[in-house]
Amino acid sequence: MFDYGAYLRKDKFPLIWCSGCGDGIALKAMLRAIDRIGLSKDEIVMVSGIGCSSRLPGYVDFNTLHTTHGRAIAFATGVKMAKPELTVIVVTGDGDATAIGGNHYIHAARRNIDLTVILFNNWIYGMTGGQVSPTTPFGKRASTAPYGSTENAFNISGLAEAAGASFVARETVFRPQVLDKFIEKAIRKKGFSVVEVFTPCPTTYGRRNKMRSVIEMMNWLKDHAVPKSRAEKMDPQELEEKIITGVLVDLDLPEYTEEYQKLIDRVKS
Amino acid sequence: MVTKEKNRIRVMTGNEACAEGALAAGCRFFAGYPITPSSEIAEILSRELPKVGGKFIQMEDEIAAMGAVIGASLAGSKSLTATSGPGFSLKQENIGYASMAEVPCVIVNVMRGGPSTGLPTLPSQSDVMQARWGTHGDHPIIALAPSSVRESFDWTVRAFNLSETYRVPVVLLLDEIVGHTSEKVVLPDTSEIQIVERQKGDPKNKDYLPYKQTESDIPPMISFGEGIRFHVTGLCHDETGFPTNDSQKIDLLLRRLNRKIERYRDQITDNQRDQLDDADVAVFAYGSTSRSARWAVRRAREEGLRVGLFRPIVLWPFPEDEVFSIAQKVHHIIVPEMNLGQMAHEVEWASRGSTDVIRINRIDGDPVRPQVILEKIKEVA
Repeated sequence: MFDYGAYLRKDKFPLIWCSGCGDGIALKAMLRAIDRIGLSKDEIVMVSGIGCSSRLPGYVDFNTLHTTHGRAIAFATGVKMAKPELTVIVVTGDGDATAIGGNHYIHAARRNIDLTVILFNNWIYGMTGGQVSPTTPFGKRASTAPYGSTENAFNISGLAEAAGASFVARETVFRPQVLDKFIEKAIRKKGFSVVEVFTPCPTTYGRRNKMRSVIEMMNWLKDHAVPKSRAEKMDPQELEEKIITGVLVDLDLPEYTEEYQKLIDRVKS
Repeated sequence: MVTKEKNRIRVMTGNEACAEGALAAGCRFFAGYPITPSSEIAEILSRELPKVGGKFIQMEDEIAAMGAVIGASLAGSKSLTATSGPGFSLKQENIGYASMAEVPCVIVNVMRGGPSTGLPTLPSQSDVMQARWGTHGDHPIIALAPSSVRESFDWTVRAFNLSETYRVPVVLLLDEIVGHTSEKVVLPDTSEIQIVERQKGDPKNKDYLPYKQTESDIPPMISFGEGIRFHVTGLCHDETGFPTNDSQKIDLLLRRLNRKIERYRDQITDNQRDQLDDADVAVFAYGSTSRSARWAVRRAREEGLRVGLFRPIVLWPFPEDEVFSIAQKVHHIIVPEMNLGQMAHEVEWASRGSTDVIRINRIDGDPVRPQVILEKIKEVA
């Protein structure tokens, strides 16, 4: 039995997350991944922005930094540059990372700075009551899209890939044992890495979109997740509304803080 | 080139002196975004920081630059950003974060004309109120206004020292004139420069509380990665650093944050007084405008007029006691500034009706000319 307690600040319980929220599953997967890598708690800095997922660092016994809305990656960039020896993990959500923080997300990927971003995608602004987000699918309802969203949704993983990330993986909380392996790979990867985690929000998304129960939402994730290997053999029509899971990008590229250190060594001598 | 020991006499601009002052103060991290008229500070530090093992990064926007500065400071680096009006506006949310989470950092704002993109290449002093109240909520801040190239060096060092001492963001308000004027300066020897480091907590102390209500009101800091794990947030928090909704704990936090500047006002504040002892008229001026004022006061004295100059270098906290005391002795205080009376309003408030406050305002991108101040002195003396 895995000892989650070794990593948790149990005095901060209960969690603020609603029953049926998938964020706790992702949290546990992340702790298993960190444990497998064998990182000490002192060498991890966990940085978040604002939103439900961004409350996660408060519950884990690392160096934790809860920042302003959208800016987690910017703060994390400063931490990583000042102390590259630290493992810096950013926990963020779809609104935090790709709406208000979208600029930081793509530029950190472009720089290929060694941050691991665990991006909880629940298609909605949960903490503020269910407003439409950049990943809300077209036609789906939110408190600020009462007639259904008339906007297209972001492909978050594709965005990171196009911007130059070293590692991009996508998984749902329906498969936590696969998810923790992806998170492990992402943390181990030297460079900017993203794990996009699809996680259900029955409270603010499901009940507006004909998935009132947690089980319905989990079944939806199960039925719509298609591993990359299988997706490659399917035609675009079959892939509509599907979530393509798996390791989407895994490259060895020059990493920003290492390149900067080389620059220092060069100009100092 | 950074000034070497043997070459302390230089001709340089205020922006260059600011960058040199930052290096001398021990700044080892800069994050910024290009903006006129401050960009030279970033350019110089991009060249010089790596030579001393420091880090420079040009971020994707002003907001990110402020965030990175806070992150680097929490990891233990003395950190700086430099900007101008529009960029200063964008940084405000994270400046509030630094105030709330008590993260030492220095923000240089080389003031240009506003509002909006305004006058990118022309001087102004219209950000003095933004320096005080730009971010939301009751928050502590320190703001400084040097008036010359040499002072840009000295007060950049001082900005870091104040920031590290009081765990507060410090705004260094240059204006376009100070930033871009070239002057001959003799920089102090490294041995003469006083450098202050933040008070450190003991990483072996397992009972360490990052936001403890200490006797000094300034909790000692531990950096990320030093062996004590704690939480930092912009939410109202208790002594442990975790969010709280407990009204008593919120009150303790917010009062301490503001008190820690108020109670050390005497150690923080700094101003220059010139011929005020027997004055009937005082000129209150700061930044580059104080140089026009100094000329006017001296010329008026030559003509036998009893006039003196009060020049705050620390604008915030505002020198209210000093202004009140001057207001008791003079019948007029003239306040020339490159805005529509932002500090004149403070002078009126601090004078509490005991003197007439006369404004001279210039907002067209031209400096307040010495002659204009002299004429006003003659008019009221």
